[in-house]
Amino acid sequence: MQEEVVTVKNLSKSYNNDLVWENINFSVRRMENVAILGKSGAGKTQILRAIIGLTKPDKGSVNILGKNIYALKGETLINFRRKIGYLFQSGALYDFMNVKENLLFALERQPIKRSETELRKMIEKALYQVGLTGIEDKTPTELSGGMRKRVALARTIVLLPEIILYDEPTTGLDPITSREINELIIEMRDKLGISSVIVTHDIDCVKMTANRILILDKGTIAEEGTFAELAKSSNTWVRAFLE
Amino acid sequence: MKEINWASIGSVKEFFALVGEMTVFAFHSFLHAFRKPFEGAEILRQMFLMGYKSLFLISITIFIIGLVITIQLAPKMEDLGAVALVPNMLAVSLIREVGPVLTALVCTGKVGSAIGAEIGSMKITEQIDAMEVSGVDHYKYLVVSRIIALTFTLPLLTIYGFAVGLTGSFLAYNLEREISAPLFMISAFANMNSYDVIPSLVKSLFFGYTIALTGSFFGYKANKGAIGVGEAANATIFYSFLMIFFIDMLAAEITHYLTH
Repeated sequence: MQEEVVTVKNLSKSYNNDLVWENINFSVRRMENVAILGKSGAGKTQILRAIIGLTKPDKGSVNILGKNIYALKGETLINFRRKIGYLFQSGALYDFMNVKENLLFALERQPIKRSETELRKMIEKALYQVGLTGIEDKTPTELSGGMRKRVALARTIVLLPEIILYDEPTTGLDPITSREINELIIEMRDKLGISSVIVTHDIDCVKMTANRILILDKGTIAEEGTFAELAKSSNTWVRAFLE
Repeated sequence: MKEINWASIGSVKEFFALVGEMTVFAFHSFLHAFRKPFEGAEILRQMFLMGYKSLFLISITIFIIGLVITIQLAPKMEDLGAVALVPNMLAVSLIREVGPVLTALVCTGKVGSAIGAEIGSMKITEQIDAMEVSGVDHYKYLVVSRIIALTFTLPLLTIYGFAVGLTGSFLAYNLEREISAPLFMISAFANMNSYDVIPSLVKSLFFGYTIALTGSFFGYKANKGAIGVGEAANATIFYSFLMIFFIDMLAAEITHYLTH
């Protein structure tokens, strides 16, 4: 059995006395894709943000690659985060940079020094992997929504992370591009050994990419299992969600 | 705890909370300034943009101010038989007060508000989060680089503003009186010493620091979508103006104490 790369323990969070989630527990193993499903506003994105330390929970801990992310500070945290990729729902591309600069930005600031040729090859490879070539000089405003998301994914994978957190990776994309993104998520796992946590509403994405699914309801994990197991759940709400 | 709207504080308690938050933010950015890698290229890029953005407005504003003050002052001084003192009076007021303060105010409108809006927009569209999760020190890239850039750009713009203001003054003076440019300059710089120039440039350094810090602070505090971006820009202008006049008053007192 593969080692656990992400371990979430007793995570609880509330805003102004409104409970977001309580005692969330789950783990992700190496080369495993875990999908989190739930209604809009159930706090799925907040879980991803808590995993990477952008949101601090009221209690609980998140261990990534054996380290408690909340115990890391300053430069240690900055360096550690390079092992984790995060694909934002909006893409969050730097709008004052072109595509090439978006990909180069974090890459150039890594402690490993690379030659310009190496950097160029890495950028070309990442863009090729997401099915985009020859757009290096375009700015985010010149790209369609789907292209922006794919550039954001290229910006994530170019950093060679060990874990990727996907926030709605296929939302707003056409079925063909969605399928390509799903295939890419699988390829990341199978060829590069990357583990993923995927927050999505897209059942096709879940079916294709997830080894395990967590259903988030009323602030807790209501059900957990493979797609086949959850499709036979005694909980009608869970079954309805997966249809 | 009730969340404070930093752009429009409504009580003394909130004002002190704002001062506290800004102090922590300033300290935080100061600490990040000493971490590697140093964003030299970004600092130079920002210096160029800040100078380029405000040069035209500074030129127009201070040129007109120099011109208008001379037009209004010269006849009065002529009545008193002291018109020859006008170039020197103009030069001293431009270098000590009008130049630094006006340049700082123009830069607040052009550069400070842009910093607030730009960082605010990046905060709202998760671009700052994207920097953070990809292991980039965004304080260093966004805040420290802008603070260093404006701190050193503003004194340069002040010197430029002084030159432009003096040109305006020369033209106005020359409309009704025959004076050569070299003689005007000799008169302007007569009796001027380092106590006129150095405090002015030091004051400009603080103005630049304050404007960039305020813009960055309110940019980071932005929320509520497009409204938040507008509020960040407005708050930057309001609080920068307040702080510019406060620093100006403090600088005048300190200079007076040191020179007398």
